[in-house]
Amino acid sequence: MTRLRTGGVRAAVGAVLALALTAALAGCSSTGGKRAEDARKAAEAQGRAAVDTPRWTFAMVTHSGDGDTFWDIVQKGAKQAAAKDNINFLYAHNDEAQQQAQLIDSYVAKGVDGLIVTLAKPDAMKAAVEKAVKAGIPVITVNSGAEQSKAYGALTHIGQDETVAGEAVGEELDKRGKKKALCVLHEQGNVGHEQRCAGVKKTFDGELVNLYVDGTNMPDVKASIEAKLQSDKAVDAVVTLGAPFADTAVQAAKSAGSKAEVDTFDLNAKVASALEAGTLGFAVDQQPYLQGYEAVDLLWLYRYNADVLGGGKPVLTGPQIITKDQAAALKQYADRGTR
Amino acid sequence: MSSTAPPSDGVDHVDERLLRTTPLKKLLARPELGSVVGAIAVFAFFAVVADSFLKPSSLGTVLYAASTIGIMAVPVALLMIGGEFDLSAGVLVTSSALVSSMFSYQMTANVWVGVGVSLLVTLAIGAFNGFMLTRTKLPSFIITLGTFLMLTGLNLGLTKLISGTVSTKSIADMEGFPSAKKLFASEWTIGGVEFKVTILWWLALVALATWILLRTRFGNWIFAVGGGADAARAVGVPVYRTKIGLYMGVAFCAWISGQHLLFSFDVVQSGEGVGNELIYIIAAVIGGCLITGGYGSAIGSAVGALIFGMTSKGIVYAEWNPDWFKFFLGAMLLLATLLNAWIRKRVEATK
Repeated sequence: MTRLRTGGVRAAVGAVLALALTAALAGCSSTGGKRAEDARKAAEAQGRAAVDTPRWTFAMVTHSGDGDTFWDIVQKGAKQAAAKDNINFLYAHNDEAQQQAQLIDSYVAKGVDGLIVTLAKPDAMKAAVEKAVKAGIPVITVNSGAEQSKAYGALTHIGQDETVAGEAVGEELDKRGKKKALCVLHEQGNVGHEQRCAGVKKTFDGELVNLYVDGTNMPDVKASIEAKLQSDKAVDAVVTLGAPFADTAVQAAKSAGSKAEVDTFDLNAKVASALEAGTLGFAVDQQPYLQGYEAVDLLWLYRYNADVLGGGKPVLTGPQIITKDQAAALKQYADRGTR
Repeated sequence: MSSTAPPSDGVDHVDERLLRTTPLKKLLARPELGSVVGAIAVFAFFAVVADSFLKPSSLGTVLYAASTIGIMAVPVALLMIGGEFDLSAGVLVTSSALVSSMFSYQMTANVWVGVGVSLLVTLAIGAFNGFMLTRTKLPSFIITLGTFLMLTGLNLGLTKLISGTVSTKSIADMEGFPSAKKLFASEWTIGGVEFKVTILWWLALVALATWILLRTRFGNWIFAVGGGADAARAVGVPVYRTKIGLYMGVAFCAWISGQHLLFSFDVVQSGEGVGNELIYIIAAVIGGCLITGGYGSAIGSAVGALIFGMTSKGIVYAEWNPDWFKFFLGAMLLLATLLNAWIRKRVEATK
């Protein structure tokens, strides 16, 4: 009996397919789901504008990992601007610095008309960016690398200063009378994350404790925050550094029986509705859509009209503090994935 | 072992299986012994250095952390006893959650329909792993590495293609969600301590796997194929079917974990799960499973998961810098493996 009965397998596969199909046609939900979304979409007006400039090719290379909501929104902004500006938009990403530099090199070799780059690991990007500038390709840096952008020869930088954003959070926590806050870092060794927490520490009058969690493992994130809140009852605020972790922190606080208020960096649909419902205190948005949109648009302006925005200084897209009052208005945009 | 007459050289030859063993020796021969000793040591250690570790509420949290790993460590341990690996187990959990969520959402179907479809899809992927392995005779490392990469890509690509974003949409307002949440992600309170339903799933799976391993024919087959596939085949063990069954067992538990992920967080990030497969393997190895197969236990995998849960949360309770967490884990893995090897040698020497 070493050979498998293939007939049996075939029958099993057929049964699986048939079952899946009948399951699909059976039980429907009368609430939520795609049908509700389609109805919403149909209500929106559709419009498109275009310029008559040549079809240039712009490329964007980010340090995003796979499946990151934040970078998905940046990309959406860039794509919308590209559609409007008659741009052929290319996008590539890799969270390894060396790989990211290689991607930049390949776009330079391809001879794109403009380049958008993130400098999360600036030293590793230096050579690649300088090579692009030397080849006559205008470069705009986004999101991270405000300090290095100009030195490497980029036109301008578009993004949020992480330290400034952190400071805004610290001030908001003070305003809310918090005494001890937890800064939840979901990626060990991410410079931007450290800067955010350091910024909070700078302006926050109370005590700030850093907590590192494994961002790719949600149950672990939850259990870690829960453990921390159980062992330290004095914590009255939890600050998460990414939108997907905010809701998890709320659940963890509930399980730990903690009264701590949960606040977060970045926004998504869930955060918007949680703000509206009052389960979250506030969110600091750096408007990722704007980072992608402006980068493409500014490159277009430079190519078309040699315009440069910012006067040599970074163009800031945040921080914008969002509380219950603004959440209702922003929720529809978060739902469609552009806020 | 044929039934020949005892040799007449004066020495009393008795079949080794009929030798009388003392209860102590029996205990020493258990695969999970090393890990139990390790678990007690870890527990005592954190009980001393972290004052909030012993609080009842902490118990619920540690058990929850252990259960989410333990649910997967059980089938992974069985698979390892059967002599194979599964590197796709971590992302398969995410795939499973994504399938239920997206199917329910896109079809506007009752959530339970999505859950059912997900079970079929997940089991099919497990069967694919087993089928490819037995058909191609390539090492499981290669086959499941391929599946791991393909699933990682599918998770991202399909999610983006279908939902337009890299995470799924919320299905919390859909029919069937509350009842499914009850089954996969509910919690209850005993004496002020909150326990998650995953703990029950975990214990049930450990009990089921232990029964299969020690009391059923299939359990014998698992040990046999892990100990030596050719020898097993020679005595009539259906090697291929056993291995495919083991991979489907991993898939089934990935489905449970995936549904827990979905119903406790209601939105699934498509990039999650990468790296967790190693954690499951670590839990199984700490629990006494041999990398080479043929030896190990389901209870051991549970103890391994418990050590994992205690260490990861103990470091938080002790308020240490978590930069060291991976170091502790590595050291523990090494110690547990060495202890296991040492105990086994002792047991064999005294036989």
